[in-house]
Amino acid sequence: MIPRYQTVLFFVLLAASIIMGAVLWQLRDRAEQRRLEAQASSPTQAPQVAPAVQATLLVANDADDSMQERIFSLPLPSSAGARARAILGKLLDLYAAPGATHPVEGGASAITQVFLMPVNASGTGGARRRGAASAAAAPEMAVVNLTSAFAASHPSGIETESLTVLSICATLHANLPQVTEVRFLVDGQQRETLAGHADLTRTYLTAEAAPAAVGAAP
Amino acid sequence: MSFAQFEKSTGLRRFATANLFRRILGPVSIFLALTPSVIGGQTPAPPGPRFVVVLDAAHGGDDTGGHSGNWTEKAFTLALSVRLRSLLQARGIEVVTTREQDETLAAEQRDAISNHAQAQACLSLHASLSGSGVHLFVSSLAPVQAARFVPWKTAQATAVARSLGLAGVLNSALGQAGLNVTLGRTALPVVDSMTCPAVAVEVAPDPSSGETATESLNDAGYQAKVAEALAGALLEWRQNGLSESVHEVSRKGAHAP
Repeated sequence: MIPRYQTVLFFVLLAASIIMGAVLWQLRDRAEQRRLEAQASSPTQAPQVAPAVQATLLVANDADDSMQERIFSLPLPSSAGARARAILGKLLDLYAAPGATHPVEGGASAITQVFLMPVNASGTGGARRRGAASAAAAPEMAVVNLTSAFAASHPSGIETESLTVLSICATLHANLPQVTEVRFLVDGQQRETLAGHADLTRTYLTAEAAPAAVGAAP
Repeated sequence: MSFAQFEKSTGLRRFATANLFRRILGPVSIFLALTPSVIGGQTPAPPGPRFVVVLDAAHGGDDTGGHSGNWTEKAFTLALSVRLRSLLQARGIEVVTTREQDETLAAEQRDAISNHAQAQACLSLHASLSGSGVHLFVSSLAPVQAARFVPWKTAQATAVARSLGLAGVLNSALGQAGLNVTLGRTALPVVDSMTCPAVAVEVAPDPSSGETATESLNDAGYQAKVAEALAGALLEWRQNGLSESVHEVSRKGAHAP
């Protein structure tokens, strides 16, 4: 006859081995999951280094309420939207750098996205927009989506806010001539003003943001 | 117009033979004096031109505007508005202010006050810790011909030409006061809905003071200098307006048959 303590010991060991088996099975599944995830994120294509092209930035200057044209050689993506975002990112990097002529915090990360869409010529002011289109290409509207952190940290003032908005518009127009209009969003939403002054509800015409229009004596 | 003058101008003396008649026509004459063109077919001389200035101290209440430490734009603009109002009233200019205390006002309320005042000059007062000197901004709207009805959001388009003239006078006066002035065009919702000649005046730190931005803006001497220059410019603007209206009247008189 099997002693009682041996029967108990047998069942205890049986339960322990079943639990250990279940744990091992789970650990194996997790390891397999990790391996698959690592495979999915690993590069399947060698990264392409975009060729450097010249980009014209209209850099604002608070001292005399002006914008100065500066040319940089930047590796830019081929997609127009991504290109616009990269150029504006460089512009905002200049503003975030120490000793900037137009100091604004945020840098390139302040621009979430730039969307390009055809201008609806049948809308309000369609004729004016068509007239403003200097390029042969179909006129486009750029929708610049800024982060709320950028708007919150932007210095308050008519001059400084206007310069930020106008330098973005003028830079877009200088590099993407088909962009005739610019609208601004903050975190994907429409916002009344940038930091209490510059109107973000209106559509800006890039032709009006040319350097001659800024700081010009009335 | 007195009763005797009224009688003389309308020929009623011939019929006024009793005090009773005088008593009856007394109140009527007051009414007719208010509507003078009805009687006699003569147009009396127009009343003297009314000159009103609207001062809009930007921000207020929950909206502090720019701020740094204890300095707030809303307090600065209110102080400048009060100072400028006193200077203008001392020079006999009628002043309407959009706010006299720390209160929240929507852009539509500010525009309603200024448009109702039918002013000859509207100044939207701002301050900024960035830049230097005084920045003057006129609406970037393209000028249009005045019409009976104008869109609320672009009402300033009918007055842009006069706003540019006002900015020129302000620029000249501030420059003569030794202040560094920059001029520009911009889109400001409050200014874009004003029907009067309107300029946004943004006071930035004085670069020649050698003080920090907030110290410079808190400097009572600097504030007084800016306010005096603005008051002087508005006085000149009034003179220009008066001489223009005199020219207008004389021109009309010369062309009258």
